[in-house]
Amino acid sequence: MSCQHLQLAEAIELFVHDGASIALEGFTHLIPFAAGHEIIRQRKRDLHLIRMTPDLVYDQLIGMGCARSLSFSWGGNPGVGSLHRLRDAVEHGWPHPLELNEHSHAGMAAAFTAGASRLPFGVLRGYIGTDLPAHNPNIRRIACPFTGESLAAVPALNPDVTILHAQRADRAGNVAIDGIVGAAREAALAAKTLIVTVEEIVDVLPPAMNAIVLPHWVVSAVVPCRGGAYPSYAQGHYARDNAFYRRWDTIARDRDGFLAWMKRHVLDTPDHHAFLASLQTEAAA
Amino acid sequence: MSACTRDEWMTVAAARQLRNDSVCFVGIGLPSAACNLARLTHAPEIVLIYESGTIGTRPDVLPLSIGDGELAETATCVVPLPEIFSFYLQAGRVDVGFLGAAQIDRFGNLNSTVIGPYELPSTRLPGAGGAAEIALHARQVFVMLRATPRSFVERLDFRSSAGYLEGHGARARAGIPGGGPRAVITDVGMLAPHPESEELQLVALFEGASVDEARAAIGWPLQVADRIDTIAPPTARELDTLRALNARTREAHARPVHIPL
Repeated sequence: MSCQHLQLAEAIELFVHDGASIALEGFTHLIPFAAGHEIIRQRKRDLHLIRMTPDLVYDQLIGMGCARSLSFSWGGNPGVGSLHRLRDAVEHGWPHPLELNEHSHAGMAAAFTAGASRLPFGVLRGYIGTDLPAHNPNIRRIACPFTGESLAAVPALNPDVTILHAQRADRAGNVAIDGIVGAAREAALAAKTLIVTVEEIVDVLPPAMNAIVLPHWVVSAVVPCRGGAYPSYAQGHYARDNAFYRRWDTIARDRDGFLAWMKRHVLDTPDHHAFLASLQTEAAA
Repeated sequence: MSACTRDEWMTVAAARQLRNDSVCFVGIGLPSAACNLARLTHAPEIVLIYESGTIGTRPDVLPLSIGDGELAETATCVVPLPEIFSFYLQAGRVDVGFLGAAQIDRFGNLNSTVIGPYELPSTRLPGAGGAAEIALHARQVFVMLRATPRSFVERLDFRSSAGYLEGHGARARAGIPGGGPRAVITDVGMLAPHPESEELQLVALFEGASVDEARAAIGWPLQVADRIDTIAPPTARELDTLRALNARTREAHARPVHIPL
């Protein structure tokens, strides 16, 4: 498959279908917020959301009614507290019930790694003494065929679409990421379709030998999108807006306040640039 | 140095548990403050690992998340997340896991998943995250938690990470490689497992705290060790360092970030 250069709205329209399983990865760093917002603008429904740490981006997708189920391992607002929209969906079924496929970080990492390798399951020494296997039939135990040791097994995660945000890609579609990478590479290579939004498209990638490079033929689409990870961050470009993460606690706490904010800043803005501009206008007021 | 809060004292007492040669997997929140206080005082060479894959990180301000840019910029190296859990934690290369939780029981098992039944919880908490395997594989675990009967409970609503399971050697029999909770640091004093039953018992109190106060704050009939130590108050250096760290952190987290237009 060759890599296409697309605009964000085109890429979401082309690849993200109702009912699809999608993984917007990026561990705190490089969370693809612009892509998440575009999914909300296009009112995609019935999605199976996959992400180790749902973060604000999935709180928004869940609250806006885009999700049917969630595979995850830690669902909070880091350092702040709850994801109120995720909680409302689990505790009260609002806007509709959310099916959970809950893992630990190590289990999700093993599932993505297996998916990237096209193996049926991942193996780990994990979950012992926890109640998670009792509530998630996807966590099972197998015996090592060589020693007999009992190990945890989790089915591979192979999202229909993985979406990442990266600092840069070149014109051929090779993608470079530096800083915290989380499980981005594994989630990318586990997917059937990979969309990458980038801060900039360059003629030649900088010679950073160990920065993650996803080669062009595993990338379905590259999308130029400056600021596409905000309010998370892009190392070398802009910092995580910790003050915004704190403010989100108030914005998302009640349904009406959340819906009003999403309408004003996401539904009523045509694209990510306009979203950022609306926040700046608000900050200046 | 008497004019310190119990939270500050608790953080200082937790920091003192760490050694200069420790490799420590850091949980967010109270543990992060304690681990960095140790690094800035008596343990300058301690290796701090956050689950975002940052190894040997030396942040100037405390991160709000476990993946702030500050952690990557000041790290010895940054590795992919599957690597931190497989090649480091699961491979037995972590000495200390430092965890928080919403609930703990008398055998040091932790709940950070739900209050109420799993299928229909009254409060959905964030979940296990990295803690489930940190609790299994770190050679020893320290837990920090303010003592209240709501958090130190007779029975967990959900077991997110393993302590000593049902005690009396159950953890070792389950084949769990790491050593389990060595100490639980609270804002009243410190609990540690009994060598045989593995039940947490009161082993130390802050000056001015009493056994009765500790018993009132713990939701099970708290056993008390034969000898109760008094935890020395924070030194001027410990307290000054902690307060400066917290002040830098507050300032940094409130600083407006340029919107990347």
